[in-house]
Amino acid sequence: MIHLTITYPKAAAMLDATQTPLLPARPGVGYKAQHYADIMASPGPLGWLEIHAENYMGDGGRPIAQLRHLAERFPISVHGVGLSIGGEDDLDTDHLARLKHLVGWLNPASFSEHLAWSTHDSHFYNDLLPLPYTTQTLTRVATHINQVQDVVGRQMLLENPSSYLAFAESTMSETDFLRELVARTGCGLLLDVNNVFVSATNLQTSPQAYIDAFPIDAVGEIHLGGHDEDQDETGAPLLIDSHGKAVVDPVWALLDYTLAKSGPKPLLIEWDTDVPDWSVLSAEIARADAALAMVLA
Amino acid sequence: MLDPAAAVPAGIINPDGGQAAKRFDVYRNNVAVSLSDALEAAFPIVRKLVGDQFFRAMAGIYLRKHPPKSPLMMFYGHAMPQFLRRFPPAQTLGYLPDIAAVELALRHAYHAADATPVTPQEFADLAPDALMGVRLRIAPAVQTVASSYPIHAIYRANTSDTAPKPVMQAEAILITRPAFDPELHRINAAAATCIEALKSGQTLGQAMATADDTLDLGQVLGLLLAQSAVTEIY
Repeated sequence: MIHLTITYPKAAAMLDATQTPLLPARPGVGYKAQHYADIMASPGPLGWLEIHAENYMGDGGRPIAQLRHLAERFPISVHGVGLSIGGEDDLDTDHLARLKHLVGWLNPASFSEHLAWSTHDSHFYNDLLPLPYTTQTLTRVATHINQVQDVVGRQMLLENPSSYLAFAESTMSETDFLRELVARTGCGLLLDVNNVFVSATNLQTSPQAYIDAFPIDAVGEIHLGGHDEDQDETGAPLLIDSHGKAVVDPVWALLDYTLAKSGPKPLLIEWDTDVPDWSVLSAEIARADAALAMVLA
Repeated sequence: MLDPAAAVPAGIINPDGGQAAKRFDVYRNNVAVSLSDALEAAFPIVRKLVGDQFFRAMAGIYLRKHPPKSPLMMFYGHAMPQFLRRFPPAQTLGYLPDIAAVELALRHAYHAADATPVTPQEFADLAPDALMGVRLRIAPAVQTVASSYPIHAIYRANTSDTAPKPVMQAEAILITRPAFDPELHRINAAAATCIEALKSGQTLGQAMATADDTLDLGQVLGLLLAQSAVTEIY
């Protein structure tokens, strides 16, 4: 069998206006239906919206109608949480077909998924679970990314995970693993700086060193979110990526450090649990906007 | 992953290379909590009927017996009615499985495909002698649930402050979605049988014959047409 390798245009090359719109290097927010009226009435510096793909895989009704309406006004980023790209099993082809359908009709400005697994033995665990970084997992994840990009027909961004633990069998760093995936598949990266901070604290490494080692040229989007604080049984700090709080100051500082290297990027505020009023999210959006203005100045 | 008593897998370590049991439990806990939260969001009336504590304990058993098979969490919990029917602590609450079925049907109605309804005039224009031979395409959002319990009254009593107290009797529910919000209507068992027959593609005459003489066909058709529930006459 001849395998045809398709080369996807990098995001920066996709400037043809008749093609896919780009995510602007402005603040975006994870869309929640309760903010619909507020977003329409007072978006402020909001430049785009991100949706979780799986919430828009019904056949119709209000979610789809709202999304069509939002897409007329804002560039949309489709963020998948259920593909299990890091899993041992083959990808779920039914789910892949649903993604292709959504990306097909919506023509979003960006499409992203996670370096994680969530399905094993056909059970879906509704969480982003970690994988060891070895030559074996690298080959498997690269195969999965190629398959996704072939089926969906466009470049995807892959997001760095938040880690609570390490695997003894890992033979490469996460940043080397991601760099190699970019080289093998042509995918872009979604850099979650809160995840970097959470992982670095939990694994007692330097978040700045992680950013220094990150393949920054491949970054198409940056995520910011809140986390919870706990301790492990030895009393070591254990941060949990909950997306249920405001972004903390050290993560804003890490964002500034990152933007100084990457230049302006689309910045997403993620707040998925204990979702606050629009005024609270607006303040986070304004702060992201100020961080972008600083890089441009 | 869902067994809280299972040992932490080998090779999972903390920054010093030591055991990372609590760190592993963050993942184990996230999985169980997220699935339990999804069930809470999916079955608010069941939860209200049994209370938070009962629901959490029941959800913990359900999610281990029926972990999701698909990443579409909007439809998670499809086995809840059957599960509750066989769940010993819920045996005294005979109506509970049917209330769970109503909540599932509401979610399916909410996410169902959009459809353009026929006008009541199109139906009125049918020749009287052709009437019993036609089939009606029913909108994808339309669902029925029939019960030997007063499920409509129980549902209403738990969603409205002014609803009357349920009286013990058999009731059926029709769910329609004229626009984006599913609507509940009380119907009788014969109407539910007739609507299901129409959904399966039987003619009006055949569908009428499936139900007993408590069926008021004119009322059923009037309700379906008024609720934008008929999308084609063929």
